[in-house]
Amino acid sequence: MFELKKYCAVQSLDQADEMLHADKKNVILGGLLWMKMSRKKYNTGIDLSRLGLDGIKDTGNFIEIGCMTSLRQMEISPILEDYFGLLIKDSVAHIVGVQFRNLATIGGSVYSKFGFSDILTALMILDAQVHLHRAGLVPLEDFLEMPPRRDILVNILIPKKKMAASYQSHRMTATDFPVLNAAVGCRKGRWKIALGARPGRAKSAKKTAALLTAAPDEDQVRKVCDTVVEELAFGSNARGSRDYRKAIAKVLVKRGIEAVCR
Amino acid sequence: MQIICKINDREYIQEIAPDLLLIDLLRELGFLSLKRGCDTANCGLCTIWLDDKPILSCSVLAARVDGRKVTTIEGLEEEAAFFAGFMADEGADQCGFCSPGLVMNVLAMGKELANPTPDDIKQYLSGNLCRCTGYAGQMRAIVKFLKRKKKGGRK
Repeated sequence: MFELKKYCAVQSLDQADEMLHADKKNVILGGLLWMKMSRKKYNTGIDLSRLGLDGIKDTGNFIEIGCMTSLRQMEISPILEDYFGLLIKDSVAHIVGVQFRNLATIGGSVYSKFGFSDILTALMILDAQVHLHRAGLVPLEDFLEMPPRRDILVNILIPKKKMAASYQSHRMTATDFPVLNAAVGCRKGRWKIALGARPGRAKSAKKTAALLTAAPDEDQVRKVCDTVVEELAFGSNARGSRDYRKAIAKVLVKRGIEAVCR
Repeated sequence: MQIICKINDREYIQEIAPDLLLIDLLRELGFLSLKRGCDTANCGLCTIWLDDKPILSCSVLAARVDGRKVTTIEGLEEEAAFFAGFMADEGADQCGFCSPGLVMNVLAMGKELANPTPDDIKQYLSGNLCRCTGYAGQMRAIVKFLKRKKKGGRK
């Protein structure tokens, strides 16, 4: 468990920003589920939970998800299901349990850029953007490649464009971290494929996705599965070897494409 | 720092450390039903309701519940006893250590899901671990409990 000398439920983002930059040992509190595993010593824990940033809003062109929105809220959100089918629901449903997902926040999940993240992989195929308090709007893909910076992730913005999409993951037990995960989607004949827990963080397979036509046949799917493991890098860790992940990647991508075509 | 919150419909004014976890506050106050069964937010034994939603009390700062409503199994005695009857009838409990956390999540599920299938039930309760049993007795008890509840049995 980490230590906190002070706790502050801030009244505004500017106040949070000021506190975050006043002291290197101050920290923004998310859902705490991962943070709790550390033994770090912090000065002030900055809590954004009183700023009304815990909701999913339709802003016209975007679906705006506040940083303090829980993974469970996303799981049962009618608007996310309406636009992206079961993509979001399936991407979070295997994360520990309902009680855990009622606490885990999307801001904490995205800001931490976890390699094992399920939700990052799903968001990758939706052209999501991250709204940072200081840096402004940044495409999620760029955000993941940016060096770590001290900023406040305020919202996640997803363009309001429907997509037929599927989320696939392989886990050793039902509620464990994924060994590998994949998100596949198709909008107006253009495909998107992303893989995460490689074990590196989620990445898009753009060249591979471009090989797919609106109604791919078996040969095309086979070729795509062979290409995706060449385009993206895979590695080994305690959950699986590089070769094992490559074998699984082909299966998950195939299942994803088949689910989207159905 | 000071917090004011409602626990099982009674108001508490507490002086707490900024990094005190809710589980430790609740156990200090005598709510001993909730347990710390793991150190990784995975076991579900510390499940309580915060503003009527099931959460892991091991992962919430007590400071965060200022002004909010906390419910433990001690505050749901009648409902919990009713469900416990089904558990006993099916011989589901062994050591019973995980039961309060499971009961809290089963009761939350009963409020949230209208007609859960066995798969929905497993999905909702997958964050409640039991190391004695194989969950079969619990499943039988839960299905029967939900059926009775739907028919307008007690609670």
